[in-house]
Amino acid sequence: MSPELKTYSFYPGCSLHSTGLEYGLSTRAVFGHLGLELRELPAWNCCGASSAHALNHKLAYALPARNIALAQKFGRDLVTPCAACFNRMKTTDYVLRTNQAKRMEIESIVGFKYTGEIDIRPVLQVLYEDYQSDRIASQVRRPLRGLKVVSYYGCLLVRPPLVTRFDDPDDPKIMAEILQSIGSQVMKWSNATDCCGAGLSLSKSSVVQTLVSRLISRAREAGADALVTACPLCQVNLEMRQTDKPNMPSFYITELLGLAFGLPQALKWWRKHLVDPRPLLRSLSLAE
Amino acid sequence: MTINLPLEVTHRSGQHVEFCYHCHKCTAGCPVVSAMEYGPDCLLRMVLLDQADLILSSRDIWLCAGCMTCMSRCPNDIDIAAVMDSLRQIAVLEGYQPGEPDALLFHRLFLGVVQRLGRSHEAVMLGLFKIISHVPLVNDMRAGLGLFLRGKVPILPGRSGATAEVRGIFQRCK
Repeated sequence: MSPELKTYSFYPGCSLHSTGLEYGLSTRAVFGHLGLELRELPAWNCCGASSAHALNHKLAYALPARNIALAQKFGRDLVTPCAACFNRMKTTDYVLRTNQAKRMEIESIVGFKYTGEIDIRPVLQVLYEDYQSDRIASQVRRPLRGLKVVSYYGCLLVRPPLVTRFDDPDDPKIMAEILQSIGSQVMKWSNATDCCGAGLSLSKSSVVQTLVSRLISRAREAGADALVTACPLCQVNLEMRQTDKPNMPSFYITELLGLAFGLPQALKWWRKHLVDPRPLLRSLSLAE
Repeated sequence: MTINLPLEVTHRSGQHVEFCYHCHKCTAGCPVVSAMEYGPDCLLRMVLLDQADLILSSRDIWLCAGCMTCMSRCPNDIDIAAVMDSLRQIAVLEGYQPGEPDALLFHRLFLGVVQRLGRSHEAVMLGLFKIISHVPLVNDMRAGLGLFLRGKVPILPGRSGATAEVRGIFQRCK
């Protein structure tokens, strides 16, 4: 791999400064450990999330497009850890790439010229494609033996497949392969791409409770002790909206990578969780 | 009601709703259908029948979580999620009372914060939502406190450095 491939533009998105704090911390720590440099886009803005595309078609493209314009200036591929940000950026990139009339409209609103030269990828994809799971395995200092998990993608990393072009949209495998390479036991289940209820969490929490509780009970049936996510909204919904006791913990994929690599910072991530994962980790001698 | 709903939906979403042959795969996979009044494939039929009042005041268009399971499964490649977006936009433009007022309130507050700060800001948005919405104030207090104590709801918004440009974009998107 040539050295210039190892520097990326980084778009943390709003959640990584708030509810997804430990996702941001662990992503930066793991990428740093692997020698993959993340340079945060200067003066990035919110992607508009579900609210922009629910209410204003133009805004739903213009807000992500401004960030694409910033990334273009830097000339490196853009890493977007949040699944929702990734989806909005990638959808906008798809429209800019394939629809000339819309491209001209968006360009004029944002004030830039689209080149199509940079790619937009989620954390999982960058780790898998640019670093690869066998090399990830070679970094493991503390194999996660005995940790039984299910990989949970949610919706926006894989749908719509024509736009996301990432993993198998019905039965995704990349996260499981990475999790196996760090020693955890990945249980089979059929709910990896089911919806958690996403942005309805506040306005219609009963719907989200139903969906999350179903996910947790399916994960239990599969024999898992925890779920693994790659989306800050999935993570907070899973932790906040489950109804059955005892609560099941969830981890960001990057947190488990950090733990397996023996990164000392990992200790600080666990206490950020609404469902404390330390009892589970201690029972497997994976935390002090 | 003066709009022609099938034409307006096609114009806004770029989708041909008439391609639907009601295989029900969208409705069968919809995670929120149990809370809906009609469900996705029924809504498509109602669009064709120009039943604007029923659709645009329904809960369904606001309950759609945008998971895109429907469009990924559609054998006729109808982007049903895009149709849902267009229905929400038409409902707001035409002044319909939303079937789920809190969902619309949430979107408006979210975009209002982004318009002013360039980024989302949980403390401001959640505070306003709690005060204005129909959701009881005590709901989620424990979780909210939990997030706050873990340093996940910063009180003061950070400076994005994007404020002026983002306001300009909002202006040009009106």
